Amino acid sequence: MRIELERRADVSKLFSILSPFIALGLTLFFGGIMFMMLGKDPFSALYSFFIEPLTEVWSLHELAIKAAPLILIAVGLSVCYRSNNWNIGAEGQFIMGAIAGSILPVVFYEWQSPLVLPLMMLLGMLGGALFAGIPAFLKAHLNTNEILTSLMLVYVAQLFLDWLVRGPWRNPGGMNFPETRTFDATAVLPEMFASGRAHWGFGFAILAAILIWFMMRYTLKGFEITVLGQSQRAGRFAGFSSRKMIWFSMLLSGALAGLAGIAEVSGAIQQLRPVISPGYGFTAIIVAFLGRLNPLGIVVSGLVLALTYLGGEAVQVSLQISDKPIRVFQGLLLFFVLSCDTLIHYKIRMIWYDLNDTTGEGAR
Amino acid sequence: MSAEGQPANSLLLAVGQLTKLFGTFAACNGINLDIKPGEIHALLGENGAGKSTLVKMLFGVLAPTSGQIVWQGQPVRISSPSAARKLGIGMVFQHFSLFEALTVAENIALSMDPGVSLARIAKEASDLSHAYGLPLDPHAHVADLSVGERQRIEIVRALLQNPKLIILDEPTSVLTPQEADRLFETLNKLKAEGRSVLYISHRLEEVQRICDRATVLRHGKVTGACDPRQETPSSLARMMVGGDVAHVSAEGTGTKGAIKLEARHLSASARTPFAVSLKNICLKVHAGEVLAIAGVAGNGQGELFDALSGEYPVASDDVILISDKPVGTRGINARRLMGAGFVPEERHGHAAVSALSLSDNLILARSQSDRRAFLGGGPLGLIRQDAVKMAAKRISAAMDVRKSGENPPAGSLSGGNLQKFIVGRELDRQPTVLIVNQPTWGVDAGAASRIRQALVDLAKSGSAVLVISQDLDEIFEVATEIAVISEGRLSDIYPASDLSREKIGLLMGGMYGKTETAETAHAH
Repeated sequence: MRIELERRADVSKLFSILSPFIALGLTLFFGGIMFMMLGKDPFSALYSFFIEPLTEVWSLHELAIKAAPLILIAVGLSVCYRSNNWNIGAEGQFIMGAIAGSILPVVFYEWQSPLVLPLMMLLGMLGGALFAGIPAFLKAHLNTNEILTSLMLVYVAQLFLDWLVRGPWRNPGGMNFPETRTFDATAVLPEMFASGRAHWGFGFAILAAILIWFMMRYTLKGFEITVLGQSQRAGRFAGFSSRKMIWFSMLLSGALAGLAGIAEVSGAIQQLRPVISPGYGFTAIIVAFLGRLNPLGIVVSGLVLALTYLGGEAVQVSLQISDKPIRVFQGLLLFFVLSCDTLIHYKIRMIWYDLNDTTGEGAR
Repeated sequence: MSAEGQPANSLLLAVGQLTKLFGTFAACNGINLDIKPGEIHALLGENGAGKSTLVKMLFGVLAPTSGQIVWQGQPVRISSPSAARKLGIGMVFQHFSLFEALTVAENIALSMDPGVSLARIAKEASDLSHAYGLPLDPHAHVADLSVGERQRIEIVRALLQNPKLIILDEPTSVLTPQEADRLFETLNKLKAEGRSVLYISHRLEEVQRICDRATVLRHGKVTGACDPRQETPSSLARMMVGGDVAHVSAEGTGTKGAIKLEARHLSASARTPFAVSLKNICLKVHAGEVLAIAGVAGNGQGELFDALSGEYPVASDDVILISDKPVGTRGINARRLMGAGFVPEERHGHAAVSALSLSDNLILARSQSDRRAFLGGGPLGLIRQDAVKMAAKRISAAMDVRKSGENPPAGSLSGGNLQKFIVGRELDRQPTVLIVNQPTWGVDAGAASRIRQALVDLAKSGSAVLVISQDLDEIFEVATEIAVISEGRLSDIYPASDLSREKIGLLMGGMYGKTETAETAHAH
């Protein structure tokens, strides 16, 4: 017996739209089973995981804070993935953006001016873009696999940050803790609303999503991205350069990851520490695919994944369980998203062989 | 081989109501076919008629959805190619499955049972190939062999299994006329030994020449079973196409104007180890001319198209001229802006993106040449969808593109209709130079004649047309001038009326210059 995936003749539009919701439903169902196996009441667990964080104003602010980097990074990644450039190293670009943007408040901390914040943001984008430029250069000119190079550079960025905050950038008045000095008020990204902590990083994320959506939908550049992603050869026929597209998509997604990094550091943490991201750069990959590589879909999926972070923290407190269920939830979600998509495009067929197979081949 | 001594009148293979569904699409729908021992049986049909699907089921590559296969009186289920080989079915595919970096003997060894020494295989292959008039050097590397020789490897590989039935899928599409003649002799030898051949083709002349019986397929169904020698080419064509095919009229061509496209000693090195380099190609196409470049596949046609279109510009500017302006180093869009249009060989993933709509595929080729009409918003480059959709509609109407819905994805169109759209996309601009690679490859006869007529009409209206084609029928239908490409070299250009098939065949074999005159004299 063997199992075959057979391409469906036509794909149901309805189910293509429903797919992320079905995936979400299945995640909740199997998540509930997981809680039951942990000996907790699944309904109250799911309630405190997914509903409770939405009921209070302060936690809505936390949601926006967590969603901002996810959306910013994922929007940039969507351009990469649509053009068939597989940037897996957004986590590293996020960190390098945070470091580059922190040069002003950490090294030139005495300079206080309204120009500091915009310059920090620009430096953050520049840092992320330059770091993404390394795998871009390697792919465009040496034909290196960008999945490997961009992923490996994440560890370079993490260790570089670690070295900085323990070494040259350590706060001289910080009791030897591995941290930089805290940012001056002029270097802190202001809050968006008076009601809570959510900073302008969320505004940047929404703005970036709208701009990229507009580019993909209405402009020749967006068309170029789509065509090169589907077929390099057709892109060449149209006069588009896939080498330039490697640079464009990698630098754009690097810049957005870098912006996410400096916005997170400046808005939420206000100093550099050895670890500044709970894996935003990797979770953003899930966000990008859950949002179907559509910038507006990514806003929604970014909020959903941010909720899994928040809910995870909540159940740690309320149910006394470890932080592992968050990871399981995120894994379940990605698994179900991908399998729902696969089953919408393909159907499973079991092939049974007759017992009286005269050739004897089927018995193998 | 277990079943020796079958009664001569019994059938070797009988296929009953064989059906293969892909989703809801029936590639083969209730096919009945029987093959007697010692006959050459033709399977006729256009591209997409279901021929390849049928033989893939016979060879165990695809599993049938329903129906039965009876082999020498026994119902069988053929679950894999090795099961088919064990039964005594050999197959030579249209696209070869050979490793170019290995030798002939090594390639053959890969399909044999393990444990046989390479030296023995080399000896057997060499003996067998000479016995059947298909000489092969077992120690040659495949990469160094011509397409015809590669096909011989496949045939010898099949013969080494001592098959009772050999299936050949479009074997002559890659051969020169002379190589094809040789193949036919081999087939007759096989027949004389009592082996059967299932011969797949859409070339009526060949089928009439060598086949004893024919089964005709159209849209996955059998539309005729006959003795091809009792039929006329047009009656066979009707069975294949389901109607009469319009004749292309080339009247009124032949008034030459200025030179619109020129290549001067164009050379280009091969981009990949197994690509062909272009060597010193010179050609001129005048306004009002259709220059056809004949040649067997894989002799540099694709590379020539890439260089002329500017998809891969060449190192020096003045080896390619469009309307007397040097463009060798310029990209494809710069050449389009000078009035050139291009139709590459591969439809899916080169000339068109299958998942994108027709209107998007229109922008693909014309985003720069029709910048003013299709783009707005200055540097933003906003695509004016309404204008593009109007143009796509105009093209579909002009070329009679049949499609489901207003603006469907390119992948949902049949090969012929998509090709009509791709050609129409260029014609719509009234290009002064049109370069087309394999204009009707895999296209149904109706669409093919429409496309050929459009090319002829474009030349008549004063444009220069360059057609690269493997199809000699097509070349004689459209060309005013003919040249032949072989191993990256181009022959001289001859007026179409001065060339015969035999002479083209000799040119295809790489005989040009001095030897060519002697050989031509011999051929006449």
